[in-house]
Formats: sequence, structure tokens, C-alpha cells
Amino acid sequence: MTGAADPMQGDGNTVSTEFEAVIGMEVHVELNTRSKVFCGCSTNFHAPPNTNVCPVCLGMPGVLPVLNRRAVERSVAAGIALGCTISRWSKMDRKNYFYPDLAKNYQISQYDLPLSHDGVLEVDVVSPGSQTPSASKRIRIRRAHLEEDTARNTHALPGGCSGVDFNRSGVPLLEIVTEPDIQNADEAYSYLISLRQLLLYLGISDCNMEEGSLRAEANISLRRPGATELGVKTEVKNVASFTGAYRAIEYEIARQRQVLLDGGTVVQETRGWDADRGVTVAQRTKESAHDYRYFPEPDLVPIVVDAAWETEIRSGLPELPKARRERFATALGLSSYDATVLTATRAIADYFEAVVAAGAPAKPAANWIMGDLQAVLSERDLEPSDAALPAAHLAAMITLIETGKISGKIAKDLLPELVDTKRPPEALVEEKGLAQISDAGALRELVRKAVADNPGPAQDVRNGKTKAVGFLVGQVMKASKGKANPKVINELLQEELTSE
Amino acid sequence: MSRDWFGCTAHEISDALRSGAVTAREVAQSCLDRIDAVDGRVQAYVEVWRDEALRQADAADARIQAGTAGPLTGVPVSLKDVLCTQTGATTCCSRILEGYRSPFDATVVRRLQEAGAVFLGKVNMDEFAMGSTTENSARQVTRNPWDLERVPGGSSGGSAASVAADETAISIGSDTGGSIRQPAAFCGCVGMKPTYGRVSRYGLVAFASSLDQIGPLAKDVRDCATTLNVICGRDPHDSTSADVPVPDFTEALTGDVGDLRIGLPRECFTEDLSDVVRGPVIQAARTLEDRGATLVDVDLPLLRYAVATYYIICTAEASANLARFDGVRYGYRDPDAKNVQDMYVLSKSRGFGPEVQRRIVLGTYVLSSGYYDAYYLKAQRVRRLIRDDYARAFASCDAILMPVTPSPAYRLGEMLDDPLQMYLADIYTIGVNLAGLPAISVPCGKSSAGLPIGMQLVGKAFDEATILRAAHAYELHAGIALGRPALAG
Repeated sequence: MTGAADPMQGDGNTVSTEFEAVIGMEVHVELNTRSKVFCGCSTNFHAPPNTNVCPVCLGMPGVLPVLNRRAVERSVAAGIALGCTISRWSKMDRKNYFYPDLAKNYQISQYDLPLSHDGVLEVDVVSPGSQTPSASKRIRIRRAHLEEDTARNTHALPGGCSGVDFNRSGVPLLEIVTEPDIQNADEAYSYLISLRQLLLYLGISDCNMEEGSLRAEANISLRRPGATELGVKTEVKNVASFTGAYRAIEYEIARQRQVLLDGGTVVQETRGWDADRGVTVAQRTKESAHDYRYFPEPDLVPIVVDAAWETEIRSGLPELPKARRERFATALGLSSYDATVLTATRAIADYFEAVVAAGAPAKPAANWIMGDLQAVLSERDLEPSDAALPAAHLAAMITLIETGKISGKIAKDLLPELVDTKRPPEALVEEKGLAQISDAGALRELVRKAVADNPGPAQDVRNGKTKAVGFLVGQVMKASKGKANPKVINELLQEELTSE
Repeated sequence: MSRDWFGCTAHEISDALRSGAVTAREVAQSCLDRIDAVDGRVQAYVEVWRDEALRQADAADARIQAGTAGPLTGVPVSLKDVLCTQTGATTCCSRILEGYRSPFDATVVRRLQEAGAVFLGKVNMDEFAMGSTTENSARQVTRNPWDLERVPGGSSGGSAASVAADETAISIGSDTGGSIRQPAAFCGCVGMKPTYGRVSRYGLVAFASSLDQIGPLAKDVRDCATTLNVICGRDPHDSTSADVPVPDFTEALTGDVGDLRIGLPRECFTEDLSDVVRGPVIQAARTLEDRGATLVDVDLPLLRYAVATYYIICTAEASANLARFDGVRYGYRDPDAKNVQDMYVLSKSRGFGPEVQRRIVLGTYVLSSGYYDAYYLKAQRVRRLIRDDYARAFASCDAILMPVTPSPAYRLGEMLDDPLQMYLADIYTIGVNLAGLPAISVPCGKSSAGLPIGMQLVGKAFDEATILRAAHAYELHAGIALGRPALAG
């Protein structure tokens, strides 16, 4: 069998010649409300264990949940941004299972009537190695529903005990489920990137995968191209990063393909990604799967999101990444690449717009932010922001270049100091005497000296070898400590070398 | 002292307190002495708060002195052990919550405390309010004060017995399928289940969340109305508590029923009803008619499905509500458990009694994949139809009069081996919980064996005032004097 020799080498593309992968993603994001979803406790679960807890989130006898309106608003905001239909009427349900991290041994979630459903996310398909989009993909969103997070178990404590930290119990969680529209690891990876970008724009979650505020699971099955029925799926959990998700999906597609090529059948099960070994490991089969016995939560009343409330939430949404990218390209004349980079996060887009608003032309502002400023800030572990370098300062610096006050070279050298001192560029330029010398009188002496000191190149120029002009300009720049206006030097050189 | 204050109604006590005839401390002491004298036989209390009661009584006396007393200030109250209290333990009379101390007071408890009530302690109940005899308590067997060889009813049997045996003026119980009204009928006191949503459930340990409602048991209708004035009203801690204005219910007690149409459901007066109950209940209807009320026949055709519907919904909700008792954070954790699985299985099978386990298993079953539609979903649909039944009946009447129970109190142990028979005896009370309506149980006579008989008035949602008015008018004009229980076996 060709192609079966080493399935672990497979990438999304070689597999598709024999099987196509069908992938759906489930993403849980913790909403960054101040208080938990059913009680007044703080959502800061980094506090010492079991300090942000109360009878409600501990599931003590006699307590009742009260739904946090802000959590509903943020969930609806995500639904709107994902192009979903917002349910006018939805409800919470109880999902029953026993686990020590589940205070009530049921989770309050949403079963058949989620807050929002039937949306779509348009995704630029990239790879972990290359951020240049290869294609665009529409991934349909099946539903987004609100639920409560569980507590966190810690094992192997001193004395061989396990501990439960209920600080996280009751933190609002939004579960976003796609249709099985994803066909390979690249698309899954790109979906996660786009989804996180969107949620960060909305400001409704920290989306920090390491800290667990964003968790992703993939449902993966294979089928013959053209087949209409879905194959048996596995659910891959326990991925701790987007590249981890990419690798886990790559692996799982290859594993399933090998099983099928060997004439076997894929077992419906939950598999955990072992990042160290680079494999997925069977965790739970369908037979041992829970029967969650969902039923409507009698302690809460139905959630009604009427048109007025939806409109209010919609009008409070920020400009979303796609719209902003298009506006940067059309209204500000940026290239598609620049527009993409400068809308990667809401912070960088806001910073760019602030620099433009402070008077800098868009194109040089884009170049400086994406190029030299990014480099300077990276060294200092900073992100482009007003705190790192006031937008007005960067705009002023660009204006100094544009009006010929300083050279680009000087500006580049000045940038680290601007960042470190937070002083206005005009003041620094003045103080350090860095203003560009454009006065012909002041430069003529340096030009003459350069010609006199370098008779060879000077003669070359006279003989029509224009290449040598650059060398002479460099000599003058050097002598002026970079402050001479190259344009003026050029003119003076032409004068000196033709007038003789 | 010229009077046995322990035997007085709340309004008699309140009047005496304000007139200076007695102090709250003397009243509390009188009740505590009564408990000492009779509770060894009745076994109503699982915990008596002697020091706390006297402290609260002193605070009440200070309020009376300061002129800031309300109608419940200084009035003795007992609390069903299903209500969370920071004082004492909150165990639901279950081994699984043995010694459990709640970190907070139920909203009802807080409101009564703010009104100046004096809590005498916690009273017995069927474990987690599951039962109709109070024999399912893990603590003790409460006796019916009218016949110590009989049950007080349940699940608020301790509440009813403590009121009937004059061990308190008022008791707070809970009613999921008749758990206030049935023991009130068995013990000859007045018991009221308000409309679902009238009283906050915050701090009521849940049995079946969509059916549970807190209410008073008292010596007369006026005391029920006075207690409702204090405990009703919207609570931000309970999303299902209704934002409906709470009238002064005592203003409804006019004694006049001339404008009322009283519905008698044909289905409630069939041959299934024993003559011993039928007679007094029919007589109660005649009494109201004599005072000018109009009696009308109504139909509740789906009543016969109420028991099945109720036992599917309440067990389903209970199976989830009781899941939290797992030994992880509080309550009983079996010492033999070697791992998590064992901890769940052993703690639950040794911590819960047989009736609770039976209901958890039933509830788990009716919610299971493959059975959900046939049981839980169908029960929810029937529940809606039962609600519609009542709504149709109320198109032609203002209140419905019916029995509370098919028979007077059972002998101890009589029902223990026949849970199904016991479930079926809930026929007249559970429809009201399924429909979320208010209902009151009022004594209307005694059997030849001297056992109290109750009649029930059911009202429209949030129209407690009408049934209180009818119940009060009946009480006023019927001249039913049950007398005092002899506390003899």
C-alpha cells in the first residue's frame, strides 16, 4: 500500500488523497466578569486556594444560584460577533455527573436551548510555521452556550491527599461549538487563532490557554472523499496550546488513517493529547461515557434576551477584526498584509490608529510600528502601546522625518531612547543636536573635503561613473555624524564635480 | 401567672406582651417548660435552643419596651430541620448531615428574626422531607399528640406535633407535596402552603426545587396570616421568588364569605374517600354556604394522574438536588472508603435512609437516556395540563374546597412497608404543588376515635387572601372545638 508506509509523516494534504478528515471544534472560554456566574464571589482564581468561595459556589445545602446578567451580555456579544442568531428565550439545564471538582455534582449548563446558535466565522488559513494566509475558510458555528466552570483538583499533595480548589467553581464559561466544517489541522489551528482574536477584540475573555481560560477540544473522524456519512469520531482533549492542537490533530488524523488502512475500525472514544510523547492516548470509551441526565434547572427562570437588549449589546460591540482590517486597507491605503498585521490584536490596531490620529501618515506609521518599533519593544518584552511609547511621540518622530528635520537613520537610532525615557522626540533632537543639516553653506566645506580626500572616486564621478557618488555621500554623512541631509549633499557634490 | 402561655395563639401572646401582661422571657420559659414536660412523649424537637430562645426573648422584650415590636415580636416559633440556621445544626434529619452547621440563615429565618420571633429550636421531619409520617427521620419517631400510637403525618410532622402539643405557637414547615397541610390535618392545626414563588426558598435545603414551598403551621388562621406577612416577598437570593406585592393578609380576615363561590371538585368526593373524612369536609362546605358562599361543582379530570406525575418530577429533581451530599466538602464521609468511588457509594448508601435512596434511584431512572421522554418529559406535559385543569376550575369559582387526606392519622409503622399506598394518599395535596397554587388546611372535625380531620381550601395563584378569608370565616362560624390533645397513647 502506497502512502501507508509511514502514516505518522502525514500532513493534512497527503491524507486527503485517501481519506478526508472531518473535524469539529469545541472551545471553552472563561468570561472575564468581575463576579462568578451564580454568586458574588470574585472570578480571580489565582488567589490562595478556597478564598474566593461562598456557600453558593461550594454547593452548600440550601443555596440557590442567581444568574449574572453581565455573563449573559458577554455571551450574547460573542454570539453576535460570531454571526449567530440570538435566542429570544433560552434556559439553563442541569448536567448531572459525579466528580469531586463539581460542587453540586451537577453543572448548570445549557442543553437544548443555547443563548446563541447558527453563526459563522471566516478564517484566514495559516500554518503554525507560516502566518501568510493560504486561503479563506468559512467555519459554521453550531452554538454558543453559557455554563459554570468547575473547581480544580490537585493530586499528590503532602500526605498523599488530593485537594480541591473551589476558587474556579462558578466562573462563567462560554462553550462555542462548530459544525464539522474543518478539514485539516491548519484550518483547526487557524480557527483557534481567529476565534481568540475575535474574543480578545470583544474584551470578554483573557483567552489564556496556559492558564486555562481558553480550552479546546477537537472531534475528529475520517471518511472516503465523496462519502456522505461521517466516520466514527474520537474526541481529542488536553491540548495546552494552539500548536499543541495542531500537532494533536495531525497525529490523530494519521493514527485513524493507519487504523483504517490496516482494515481496523476506529473506536469512538475520548483521547488525551500527550504533548511530551507527541501521541494521543485513549481515555474513555463510549460505553463508559456519562449519561448526563440533562433536565431544566428549576432554580433559575428562563433567560429572555429581547430585541431591545440584543440591540443594546450589539451597539456596544467594538469594531471587529475583519471590518477593521478592511477599513485599514481601503480608508488608510494599507496593503492587505499590513492591515492584517496591524489588526492582529485590538491593542496594536488601537495604537496604530492613535499614531495616525496624532498626525502621522498611515504608511510610515505602519512601517515604523511593524518594523523598528516592534524590534525595540520586543527586546524590552513590551507590546506596542501608549505606555511603551506614547502614540503622540511616535507621530511626532515620524513628522520630524517627513518634514526633513531628522533623517530616517537618526530616527532609528533615537527610537530606543524615546522608549526608555518617554521624552518628546523634539526635545531629544534639540538637546542632542540631531537635527538634520540641510543648509548648503554649512555642508559645502564637508563636501569639498570629501572630494579632496578621495580623488579617485571623485575622478570616477567626473568620468560618469555615478556609482561612486554614493561613496562620497557616505563620507560626508560620516563626517556630519549622520546629520547631513543626503539630498543636499547630492546636489552639492554634483555642483562641486561639474563646476571644476 | 394566670395563664398557660404555651397554649396561646401568637396573637393572644402578642396582645398580652404589648399590654404588659407578660414578658417575652416568661412566654419563652413557659414554652421551654412545656417542652420539658411533654416532648419526651411527643418527640417533636430534635434540638431545643434554650439559651438562644431566652436571649431572643430578652431582645424582644427590649423592642416591646422601645415600642418597635411587631405582631411576631416575642412569639415562640419552631423551625423544621430543613431550614438552614446558623444556630444549632441543620441536618434534614438525615445521617448524611449529622452535625452539619450551616454558615448562613435561610431568608425566612432571617425575616422572622428581624420581626422579633423567638426560636425554640428545630423540629423533626421525614429525612429530606421525603415521607408522610415523619417515620423516615434518622433522628427519632415523632408521635401524634392526639394519639401517641399514631403518626403526626409528614414530612413536617415535628412542626405539626409541636404546635398541637402546645410546644410552640407557630412552626415553620415546608410543603413539596402536602408536607405542611397533611400533618396539619393529622394533628388538628392550621397549615398553609403559599403560592410557589411567594416565599424565598433560599436556605431551604432542596428536595424538589420546582415544588418546594415554605409555610406556617399555627393554632389558627390569623396566626398563619400574620406569619405570611413576615415571610412572603421577593428575595434577590431566589430567582424563582416572585416580585408580586404582598398585601397585609390579616386585613382579609373579615369573616364575610357572602361574595365567594366555592368549588367542589367531583373527583375529590368519590368512593375512594372514607366516610370519616367525607362527612366533616362536606359539612365544612355547608357551613360556608350557610354564611352566604355559593357552592359550585367543578371538575379536575386529570387529578388521577397527579400522583404519577408528582413522583416522576419530584424524584427527578431530588436525584440532582441530593447529589451534592457526597462526603467531599461536608457531612458524612464513610470512614471505610479507600478511593473516590467508594467514598461516593459508601457515604451515600450509609448516609441516606431507604426512602431517600428509593427516590434518588427513581429520579435517576426517569431522567436516564432512553427513558427521559417517556417519563420526565411526559410528566412535565401532564403537569401543564393539571395546571390548566385548575385554571379552568377557577373560571367558575374563587376557591376550591376538598379533603386534605383520604383518612385520619395512621398507626405508627402502618405505612412503612407500603410506600406505594403512602404515595397514593397524597392525592389531594400534590396537585396543588404541581400547579404552584396556595392552599390551606383547616381542622373541620374529629373522627369517632378522636382523631382530627382537615379540610383544604385551594386558591388562585397569589390569591392567598381569599382562602385565608374563607378559612378564617369557617373557623369563626363553624364552632369546631377540637379541645386539647390528652397526649395519651
